[in-house]
Amino acid sequence: MSQQIKIKRGYDIKLKGKAEENLQEISLDKYAVKPTDFHGLFPKLSVRVGDKVKRGTLLFFDKHNEYVKIPSPVSGTVTEVLRGAKRKMLEIRIESDGTDEFIDYGKQEIGSLTSENVTQKLVESGLWSFIRQRPYTVVANPSDRPKAIFISGFDTAPLAANVDFVLNGKEKSFQAGLDVLSKLTDKVYIGINSKTTSPALKNAKGVEINIFDGPHPAGNVGIQIHHISPINKGEIVWTVQPQDVVAIGDLFLTGQYISDIIIALVGSEVESPQYYSVKRGSEIGGIVGGKVKTEYELRYISGNVLTGTKVKLNGYLGFYHNLISVIPEGNKYEFFGWLIPSPKKHSFYRTALSWLTPNKEYRLNTNLNGGERAFVVTGSLEKVFPMDILPIPLIKSIMINDIDQMEQLGIYEVDEEDIALCEYISTSKIEMQDILRNGLNMMRKEMS
Amino acid sequence: MKPIRNILDKIKPQVQKGAKFHAFHSLFDAAETFFFVPDAVTTKGSHIRDGVDMKRTMFTVVIAMVPALLFGIWNIGQMHFKSQGIDFELMDAFLYGFIKILPLILVSYGVGLGIEIAFAQSRGHEVNEGFFVSGMLIPLIIPVTTPLWMLAVAVAFAVVFGKEVFGGTGMNIVNPALLVRAILFFAYPSAMSGDKVWIAEKADAFSGATPLAELTAGHSAGLSPIEMMIGAYPGSIGETSTIAIAIGAIILLFTGVASWKIMTSFFVGGLSMALILNFFAGSFPDNTYLALPAWEHLLIGGFAFGGVFMITDPVTAAQTEKGKWIYGFFGGLIAILVRVLNPAYPEGVMLAILFMNIFSPTIDYYVIDANIKKRMKRAKLLLNNN
Repeated sequence: MSQQIKIKRGYDIKLKGKAEENLQEISLDKYAVKPTDFHGLFPKLSVRVGDKVKRGTLLFFDKHNEYVKIPSPVSGTVTEVLRGAKRKMLEIRIESDGTDEFIDYGKQEIGSLTSENVTQKLVESGLWSFIRQRPYTVVANPSDRPKAIFISGFDTAPLAANVDFVLNGKEKSFQAGLDVLSKLTDKVYIGINSKTTSPALKNAKGVEINIFDGPHPAGNVGIQIHHISPINKGEIVWTVQPQDVVAIGDLFLTGQYISDIIIALVGSEVESPQYYSVKRGSEIGGIVGGKVKTEYELRYISGNVLTGTKVKLNGYLGFYHNLISVIPEGNKYEFFGWLIPSPKKHSFYRTALSWLTPNKEYRLNTNLNGGERAFVVTGSLEKVFPMDILPIPLIKSIMINDIDQMEQLGIYEVDEEDIALCEYISTSKIEMQDILRNGLNMMRKEMS
Repeated sequence: MKPIRNILDKIKPQVQKGAKFHAFHSLFDAAETFFFVPDAVTTKGSHIRDGVDMKRTMFTVVIAMVPALLFGIWNIGQMHFKSQGIDFELMDAFLYGFIKILPLILVSYGVGLGIEIAFAQSRGHEVNEGFFVSGMLIPLIIPVTTPLWMLAVAVAFAVVFGKEVFGGTGMNIVNPALLVRAILFFAYPSAMSGDKVWIAEKADAFSGATPLAELTAGHSAGLSPIEMMIGAYPGSIGETSTIAIAIGAIILLFTGVASWKIMTSFFVGGLSMALILNFFAGSFPDNTYLALPAWEHLLIGGFAFGGVFMITDPVTAAQTEKGKWIYGFFGGLIAILVRVLNPAYPEGVMLAILFMNIFSPTIDYYVIDANIKKRMKRAKLLLNNN
């Protein structure tokens, strides 16, 4: 039973630098995996600096949840374990040796497998880490049986990679991945929109396909869950990203961790934005080198401009990211910037001029455009937050650490990416994603 | 812009923590951010941010007040010359009005911002822009003859006890500008009512009563509806011209700064109460006020000004969308109720809005609770099905 759902509330921020649908392969020497990509993970190394690893060798695991294991994307040598303040583990760096040796986990016919077989193989290979749970957006616990698994088949975030394009030619692996995931739950849902062309998505078998149309965040899996099967207290759903479904499928079809991923390099400062085929964990500099404008100081973001992680040129692509955004830094004073109605500024509000040019693509920088204030303006966050949840009361309940209130106001359903637009349009410049993450961490600790 | 930046850059090290003039840090910060949007960049969360900040939002409200302010300036002048029986040109009236209102504006901003900056300094916050709006609202809702010291006392009291003790802009329970008006009204009633206060340097022979005072006294307002709309009659400085206020309303609604829900429901509430009172006019022929056509209520006194600029203050209003309907409706309803049925107060808008300010958290509580109950019901339904 497929539903067609129109998401009315939301907002598309149109930015310069959308990727052209060309694909180029890049192979690099430097890779890394980052424990910081996983919420609430306490990393423990399985390898040492100098060790030889193959593609698929497990590099580290979560001390508290040993089913979270992270595999190496390439064969090579562990060159460095980068640590930050308080010896926090930031990156495990690997230099490729070009031999592409891999660990063979063995091909398997999916149809005959039980959910235990599937779980065991995924955990053993580390690919389990692609499956995350709501609430909290952390790696799923294999001993749970979720009420459903959700996959969003389109991405509405600014300059997001086109899922149709990245799945092109991977129909077989994608369907295999879906077959695997179907073993783990009673129901797998795919959300597509009416422009979706990919046969992998549209003709997917053994799943329920729902159609969502509307502005960002309609493509967020959390919004789709909310409209199909909202998460109540005590319930768990799992989510997987489309290219990660492909990797899971490949594991069963080939017996290997195929770490290739198609990413988009986008943003106003990229000379010719397009798609690249790389391995997961690639070094940012290796991908963007020579492809960006150099007249300004730049910010490199693994992920999209609303939710991504700031990275340096010698940083690495995030585990769950298929996008690198490059925008100018905004570390400049602007004379009467709040007063002068500049056509370069973009705003959700009609107090600026950008509503006059709704189709213009903007080149936005990282300036905060103001100082942090208490909540003053009301009634606008709801317009970009298409859930039956009151955003300001929820954020306020987190600010005062009121666990009961957070639960009552629906924190289980929300992830940072779902309120990223609220944060963008906040005239009080309140760091809502950070506040929400604190609330989720607090909640998770309380519930465990 | 470069010279200003240079001066600011020169002063900046002097006001940092530990430096000699650290006590002026908040003052400097307010000045710096007035001239320049800071070079601060995003460090967490979204990497890009909306181009509109609190300053621009608040500034839009000030812009919306300009028509009422300009009309008020002219009205002060023309009422003065008219009462004296002196012929005057347009510019004479403007000039006279400007000279009369400027000290009020300066005192309002000077005292209020001074206190805000001092509190920001002691708390280590940035100076909030809330008083940007309040400071301009205050002169518009008082009689032109208000002594400056009274205004200073009331502003100081309202900002400290109405706002800063709660934590500053965004945390206050009642509208600071209205609180100033209320303090003046109750502390210095003789300077706030009667027929002498509304016209600057009025000739004694000239009647300076407001239409509301006439109506309360059982007379007719003495104005045609067109005259009520234009607003060339005695009253608080910015409240008389419904047309000027309507221009402000259009600006606020178009930019979305004020909630159309609150504004609409306030006028609907006022109109409903006036219609109810009209219904009883036949039963109580002594009270001629009851018989005033309902829609004329919206044109006189502070109703329009209150409905456009006061009740729509997002901090003191209900903050939930459903709550806004209830909040505005009862605000308008009570305003007309007090205005007509309480002989002690010729106007009820100020008290009605202050009253609803206090009730808005309660309204929100029930709206939020309904949302919570809905979620709990969904969870329970699920439990029963399994």
